[in-house]
Amino acid sequence: MEDTAVTFPLRIQEVSYQYEEEAQNAVDHVSMEIAKGSFVAVLGHNGSGKSTLAKLMNALFLPTEGKVLVCGMDTATEEEVWNVRRHAGMVFQNPDNQIVANMVREDVAFGLENLGVPQVDMPSRIEEALRCVQMTDFAQSAPHMLSGGQKQRVAIAGVLAMQPDVMIMDESTAMLDPSGRKEVLNSVRKLNREQQMTVVWITHFMEEAAVADRVIVLDKGKTAMDGTPQEVFARVDEIKALGLDVPPMAELSVKLRNAGLELPEGILNVSDMVKELKKVLCPSK
Amino acid sequence: MLRDITLGQYMPGSSPVHRLDPRTKILLTMVYIAMIFCVRSPIWYILPLLYLVLCVRLAGLTFQQLLKAIKPLRFLLILTFLLNLFFSSGTTIWFQWGILRISQEGVFTAIHFSMRLIFLVAGTSILTLTTSPIALCDGIEILLKPLNRLRFPSHELAMMMTIALRFIPTLIEEADKIMKAQMARGADFESGNLMKRAKAMVPLLVPLFVSAFRRAGDLAMAMEARCYHGGEGRTRLRVLRFGQLDLWATLITVGGLLLVIFTGVWFS
Repeated sequence: MEDTAVTFPLRIQEVSYQYEEEAQNAVDHVSMEIAKGSFVAVLGHNGSGKSTLAKLMNALFLPTEGKVLVCGMDTATEEEVWNVRRHAGMVFQNPDNQIVANMVREDVAFGLENLGVPQVDMPSRIEEALRCVQMTDFAQSAPHMLSGGQKQRVAIAGVLAMQPDVMIMDESTAMLDPSGRKEVLNSVRKLNREQQMTVVWITHFMEEAAVADRVIVLDKGKTAMDGTPQEVFARVDEIKALGLDVPPMAELSVKLRNAGLELPEGILNVSDMVKELKKVLCPSK
Repeated sequence: MLRDITLGQYMPGSSPVHRLDPRTKILLTMVYIAMIFCVRSPIWYILPLLYLVLCVRLAGLTFQQLLKAIKPLRFLLILTFLLNLFFSSGTTIWFQWGILRISQEGVFTAIHFSMRLIFLVAGTSILTLTTSPIALCDGIEILLKPLNRLRFPSHELAMMMTIALRFIPTLIEEADKIMKAQMARGADFESGNLMKRAKAMVPLLVPLFVSAFRRAGDLAMAMEARCYHGGEGRTRLRVLRFGQLDLWATLITVGGLLLVIFTGVWFS
């Protein structure tokens, strides 16, 4: 029991969630186990239930059916709510609406203050968190002077300072420009690689899901696909039927394969495509 | 342009006055107000004046900054002066025209009350000029804490003030954006009389309010996700400590108050 709580910090068991005024389940009997240190992307178009699922993961919503276990704790246990939220940190979509304080450093401290961390321990944890997202130079800045990507990195630092086991990114890049998106994705990917932070990355951008270890596609509140990005994106037609885009290189490789070129499966980016095409077209080199 | 607005009139600095604990400054401002009200005759405003000069010097402020704080009150000042001048009852009449009359006592009261007003505003603006809004919030929170026993929500009040301060620039930016969007579609915010211009603000205010409510909902959820559950068991990053500076400031200010009371009793 203890061991599964460590190897799978986040377990979702047959979970359903129904909004009050609605007839259908927003999340419908979904199960998944998120392994420690993994980077899992949850994909789906609007209304697929992915944001609802995110809010179920840290007790902002409680499942109408089934169980969500964060580090072995059931989110439905009232006494554990604050513990659950400490272990499963969450970054939201709108960068402006999740920063509480007028100074970056103090906003990072907000979670620590809520947890009752002794004042003497705070500065080191704040500095460490800001260092992880490369925002140390902005510690004294006012949030409204920062760019969207920088604000999201501050929000990440705010969660990091609380030393969570899982980070849930609820469409945290949806409101950013392309450079801001890259900035945020890179910082989180780095955290995942260097500190084995478990990440649940909720998004509707395919190219972001392509860097994940595992991709889960949701449709109408149900799990439609689950596998490595290579496996999932090879199923081009199915993905399109769900109303989602396929990364352009994945689509091109399927078309080329159908046209008779012997390309391997699992090409997701331009550099891989160039490498494989060279192998096929100029075998002498 | 909207991005670098400063909140309130705070002038950052590191003078002894800036470094005072905000609680000390708030309490001493009250002592100072008491001092003003204890002055019995215009001549003795010399004492609060000396005190003000000392504060301004120590804080590295200029008198222009104080005058700027008084400026918005000029009409009230003139009104106070004139009302007291013409309508005070007095026996030694210098001039009379219909119901308007100027008596010696009237002149005396007019000067007295105008001085009082000027000194009140000048003194309190030293507080806001040298204390950041955040430090003020902190100070108010701790000073109001004893009222918790009477179920007064001191922590919630301070949290509300902090959040309001945080969102002022965000909402200004948003108002600016909405205004430009409406102007691009032909809205006119500038011409017409007051009524017309007030009406023109409706299409600006409605979306602004809607978005403010949405932001409030989002923020509440984000705060909960970060384990916010009120002031109970909460620690603080910034801890206020009284120092030697606070002791000296208190001694000087309370000394000033005693001196003013003394002159009032002695020379009346």
